[in-house]
Amino acid sequence: MSDRLTQFFASRWGIIFAGAVIGVLAPLLQKLGNPPNMGMCVACFERDIAGALGLHRAGAVQYIRPEIVGFVLGAMLAAYAFREFRARAGSAPIVRFVLGMFAMIGALAFLGCPWRAILRLAGGDLNAILGLAGLAVGITIGVQFLKAGYNLGRAQKTYTAVGWIMPLLMVGLFLLLLLAPTFSKEGPIFFSKTGPGSLRAPVFFALGVGLLVGVLAQRTRFCTMGAIRDVILMRETHLLSGVAALLAVAFVMNLALGQTRFGLVGQPVAHSSFLWNFLGMALSGLAFTLAGGCPGRQLFLSGEGDGDAAVFVTGMIVGAGFSHNFALAGSPDAIVDGIAKTGGLTPYGMGAVILGLAACLLSGFTMRETAPKEV
Amino acid sequence: MKSVDARGLSCPQPVILARKAIDAGQFPIEVLVESVTSRENVRRMAEKAGCTVTVAEMGDEFKLTLSK
Repeated sequence: MSDRLTQFFASRWGIIFAGAVIGVLAPLLQKLGNPPNMGMCVACFERDIAGALGLHRAGAVQYIRPEIVGFVLGAMLAAYAFREFRARAGSAPIVRFVLGMFAMIGALAFLGCPWRAILRLAGGDLNAILGLAGLAVGITIGVQFLKAGYNLGRAQKTYTAVGWIMPLLMVGLFLLLLLAPTFSKEGPIFFSKTGPGSLRAPVFFALGVGLLVGVLAQRTRFCTMGAIRDVILMRETHLLSGVAALLAVAFVMNLALGQTRFGLVGQPVAHSSFLWNFLGMALSGLAFTLAGGCPGRQLFLSGEGDGDAAVFVTGMIVGAGFSHNFALAGSPDAIVDGIAKTGGLTPYGMGAVILGLAACLLSGFTMRETAPKEV
Repeated sequence: MKSVDARGLSCPQPVILARKAIDAGQFPIEVLVESVTSRENVRRMAEKAGCTVTVAEMGDEFKLTLSK
């Protein structure tokens, strides 16, 4: 039974099934309270967690998202159930931390990770096309580095307890959500009263969805970055078929739920500053490729014992703190005094995206193993 | 026998190394990997490249033998 399940999930139908399930659940989470075109967004939700902890003080985006907790714990459950939990760590953690930071800065310039880019497109937000194009360009650059021998080195097997750290941190976050303590006067834990952070699906439903997606994604290795990378690197469309299923099913779900609105300007939690939508996602795509997984995949890996992926996740959460504290994140299109105002980046945000691209390129050029180790 | 040690390397490095070995054309090739994900990915790529793949489980590692 276990072998047959493994075979199914490793098959093309398996990955299509996982993508389709996410495509059903994400618009449903939106219907049940999550922000528009943000039924599931790894970057946005980690940013909300950073805000809830007070790592940034953008009052509109602070909440401990149970979906993220579920992603990690679901992946851990699946990894244990199928004897795949393997604690490992030590492959250039500081590089992964910095890549995580810049991946988040890029994602918040665009206002979403690849998951949300797909969901935005499925909801009719055509700015997502620019974002996905940027993502593909960033991944293409990353693939050139991979072909040229870019490699962050080997991870080592380590104590099982090391692999438990990120799952335990997630349990801690969930307790903070349930107990909602206030650590000091006007201090954290913060929960948004207005804005996207105040829009929430019911806690246990969101956790349940997160767990289910965590299990499915761990079994199928669902990865939005890998989907594009594998096509460029080896003409392999396996992962891409999962992402295509997600897009198609989410599109139909949004139509059925009346959540579709086609257009460019004034889309929910989005801006129509084309260049920075493109470049923000290009930065993210490059950083994800150099780190070996999209933000969702990094969560699933950290659930199955990968300490390096856990460092990347931590980098993303810290990056979200910087992003909002330093006004690097994109501001959405808005209507001010009846006039539509295009959102976008501050000069600091633009500088940070350029800096991030430079840092990733530097990493790509300097961290190469020219002769692979052979035995 | 040509041997590729991809243990401890994360996705997609094992596939890239195995691909390079296949392109070099010296069969059989032995690929050592640590994770089930790497095992599946290398197997999928190698079978697509026309290789016959056998897998041996050694503790929590896998040895894939690719032949043509």
